Amino acid sequence: MNNAQKAIRGFFRYPAELTLLLGIVFAFTTVVLLIAGAPPLDAYYHIFRGALGSWTRFSYVIKVWIPLTLCACGLLYTFRIGLWNIGVEGQVTMGAIFATWALRFGTQSDTPAIAILLSLLAGIAGGALWALIAGFLKTKGGVHEIFAGLGMNFVAQGTTLWLIFGPWKRPGIASMSGTEVFPEGLWLPYQAALNISPVGFGLALGAVLLTAFILIYTRIGLNLKAIGNNRFAAYLFGLKPGRYMLLAMLFAGGFAGMAGSLQVCGVYHRLIPSISSDYGYLALLVVMLSNYNIFYVPLVALFFACLNVGSIQLPMMLQLDSALSGVIQGSLVLATLAVQALRMYLKERGTEA
Amino acid sequence: MIGFDITILLASVVAGATPILLATLGETITEKAGLINLSLDGSILLSAMTAFVIAYQTGSSLAGFVAAALVGACVAAIVAVFSVYLKQSQVAVGFILTLMTKDLAYFLGSPYSRLQGPQVGPLPIPLCKDIPFLGQIFFNHNIPVYLGLAAIVVAWWFLYKTQPGLVLRSVGENPRAAYARGVNPRRVQICYAVCGGFLVGLAGASFSLCMKPGWGQPQGAEGTGWIALALVIFGGWDPVKASIGAYLFAFLQVISINLQGVFPSIAAQVFQVAPFPIMIFTLLLVYLVQKESVTRYARRRPLMRSIIKALSANAPASLGKPYRPD
Repeated sequence: MNNAQKAIRGFFRYPAELTLLLGIVFAFTTVVLLIAGAPPLDAYYHIFRGALGSWTRFSYVIKVWIPLTLCACGLLYTFRIGLWNIGVEGQVTMGAIFATWALRFGTQSDTPAIAILLSLLAGIAGGALWALIAGFLKTKGGVHEIFAGLGMNFVAQGTTLWLIFGPWKRPGIASMSGTEVFPEGLWLPYQAALNISPVGFGLALGAVLLTAFILIYTRIGLNLKAIGNNRFAAYLFGLKPGRYMLLAMLFAGGFAGMAGSLQVCGVYHRLIPSISSDYGYLALLVVMLSNYNIFYVPLVALFFACLNVGSIQLPMMLQLDSALSGVIQGSLVLATLAVQALRMYLKERGTEA
Repeated sequence: MIGFDITILLASVVAGATPILLATLGETITEKAGLINLSLDGSILLSAMTAFVIAYQTGSSLAGFVAAALVGACVAAIVAVFSVYLKQSQVAVGFILTLMTKDLAYFLGSPYSRLQGPQVGPLPIPLCKDIPFLGQIFFNHNIPVYLGLAAIVVAWWFLYKTQPGLVLRSVGENPRAAYARGVNPRRVQICYAVCGGFLVGLAGASFSLCMKPGWGQPQGAEGTGWIALALVIFGGWDPVKASIGAYLFAFLQVISINLQGVFPSIAAQVFQVAPFPIMIFTLLLVYLVQKESVTRYARRRPLMRSIIKALSANAPASLGKPYRPD
């Protein structure tokens, strides 16, 4: 595992940069908190305790880590080929919609395990379908994948709301709380003592390993990289960029759809309006902060999940909005880019002198 | 639709188009200089929040507008500096800022949610408003609406009729050649990114102080930035065509609100997301009309030919590729 070693060494190679990075983020967040008139240290303490204070809290972190990691794994394929798959958000939502649709048939079945399996597969198919539409718009229709994906996100969101308030509404009154909860037989197997679903955890872990394998050791991974680095040269070499783009979108959509279906059958047990919880957008930041390296993805996703879960404490404890986690995450990625630029600049000056 | 009045309809289109118009014009100017500011969707929200909070605190909506414009300019400056001087991907930085400014707006704005704040009242222009038909449509609004109308003319005049406008376009087309003519392309790009951001900030302020007064989560401006970004492409990087796009878009929105009353059986959510498929479809159309087979088909059909001519445009040649000195 030469690559893994390199990745781990890279993580510890720049202690000065890491300190600078954390310093910038810390200073910026503190200023934001002071503007909001909140005690910064209290806020940090509550985020920390909220994420790691007890096993129950940490099990919530794992619940966020699973979809985040799945989406981030999928995004690695699209980033490798040079696509900005912003549509990952809608792909999660579509996965959730398809999974709910499949589970609705499962309510009459005698074999809930098969129904759950089918809903997972349906979720993957839903996410992949949504990604393929964006992919075809890109390769055949000349619509930039950012606009195609974004438009599809809103459509998926609208579809969710329409289903919740229309065809799939609760008996009685439709509400923002979502569709009716599925019977417990259709819930993903669940480890009561650990408060997590081993299936979801295993799938996310499997996705990381599979992605690492495909991207590093197979021809597909190599070709994706070749096209991403120089599309024209790859074309002259006989690779078909359009086809590989669709393949990358297929992978991204599939993983995102799996995340969506796990949200339905493993976490909420129903379809809710914000089923994707912006994890798709967040996964884009995770991949960027991981420097597009699969071996950092699980760690960065874990950190981001901690911030997300920890900041839920803020409204309760300090009457602050939980959006602070997004501010920290965004400034972290931005500061990383700045520090990276600084490193490049120092290196350039070094070679000139 | 009994009592349907075309004047009121068009007047509400002119008023409703203002924020999206300002944002589209700002982004057109920035992209004409070769830089993409992808952060629009977030920076509109952040400036909307700033405008409302500042206006609420000071009681002056003018202060709100100024503060919002400065916020928009600051966000744009970050994108520009990261891409021009720090050599980072402007799409990446823009996207990060989209998310971050949105969260920043929600975080800092949450204590001000659903408060009753100042808002800009209508200011009919005397004499002009008495022009039959046109007076009611164009001259019976609030100041931001006039600002938007004026900005179209000013942007067009500046880009195509002045020396600095020529410099701006030359940097967007070929920064290297501009450099050889004694222009500093980096400084020009930073400058017009900030100018564009200024207009984006005003767009945010015109949301929270006029169009949808107040602040809340969601505010209602979500998604506008992306529409504005798409309208820049639709308008072929031309301020006048982009403005027509903005008005067309506002027209569709007003129509869809009316249609919702006509078809109550269709859920409201369908109409709310309607802009986005339309956006994709428009971009698809812009691409397809440039295909050779389509051009050949249209050669003998004057109507098709003029549609194609109106929609076809080339992006500034160096869009998204900032100048790197040797």
